[in-house]
Amino acid sequence: MERTEAELIAAVLRGDAASFEPLIEKYSPRVFATARRYARRESEIEDIVQEVWLKAFQKLSSFRGDAPFEHWLMRLAVRTCYDFLRGHQRNRESMFSELTEPEEDWLDRFVTHPDGANEHAEAAKLLIGRIMDQLSPPARLIITLLEIEDRSVKEISKLTGWSIPLVKVRAFRARAEMRKLLAKMAKDKYL
Amino acid sequence: MNLVELEKKLIAAARVENPSDEVPFGFTTRVMARITSLPNSAAALWADALWKSAGACIVIVCVFCTISVLTFTPAEKEGSAGNLAQEFEKTMLAGLETDYPR
Repeated sequence: MERTEAELIAAVLRGDAASFEPLIEKYSPRVFATARRYARRESEIEDIVQEVWLKAFQKLSSFRGDAPFEHWLMRLAVRTCYDFLRGHQRNRESMFSELTEPEEDWLDRFVTHPDGANEHAEAAKLLIGRIMDQLSPPARLIITLLEIEDRSVKEISKLTGWSIPLVKVRAFRARAEMRKLLAKMAKDKYL
Repeated sequence: MNLVELEKKLIAAARVENPSDEVPFGFTTRVMARITSLPNSAAALWADALWKSAGACIVIVCVFCTISVLTFTPAEKEGSAGNLAQEFEKTMLAGLETDYPR
């Protein structure tokens, strides 16, 4: 008979580390999908997810069980991703003058016929990836959670551990930062 | 260029693409190996910290030994070693040389 999550967690807390394995198998896909939003290289993504699981194992005694284990784990995952972004801030340098041909074509199409520039195009995905890479860590985290994953301010507050007013302030600053980057991109390309 | 519209388009492009949830082969095994190798009690953590600090202490001792060997001069050796021996003997025998009233 399959053991429930609560039973597995209780067994791990009693010292049976092997009971942690089914939890890793069940939730790793979700953690990998989250980590892939913040890192590009597979080696970095694996490091992040491994870090999440090591932290989860070490801090398991702080899991109170009043909310699902998945929620607790995702909070840990988001915070680990944020730590990763803060640790790799210096790698954000990139110039918009280095846009690839498809990216430039997509922008040209957007300028001439905004409706004709398709958001499903690979070039658009590359462009937003380029912009996200240049955002500051809090701005990137907020834009990802709020705009891309469509989460509420309350949810973001729980995931990040930031207060609701702080989330709102950071969301405002993140949007401003993003517009500034878009303006810089337009300036680099057309002026 | 309409930046607000461009922002909307690019955010929509990011929403279209959901990141893969694929787990690399053998990942769970690797993480379990790391977890089982972790020190699991306060005593083990303490022992680990002591070993690390012992290493640091050895390095500090080596550094001081090297400095004292490099800064050592023969003139100092004769003078200071002779003085030290005399001072040591005087201190040790100070009690015996005292005249006690009978």
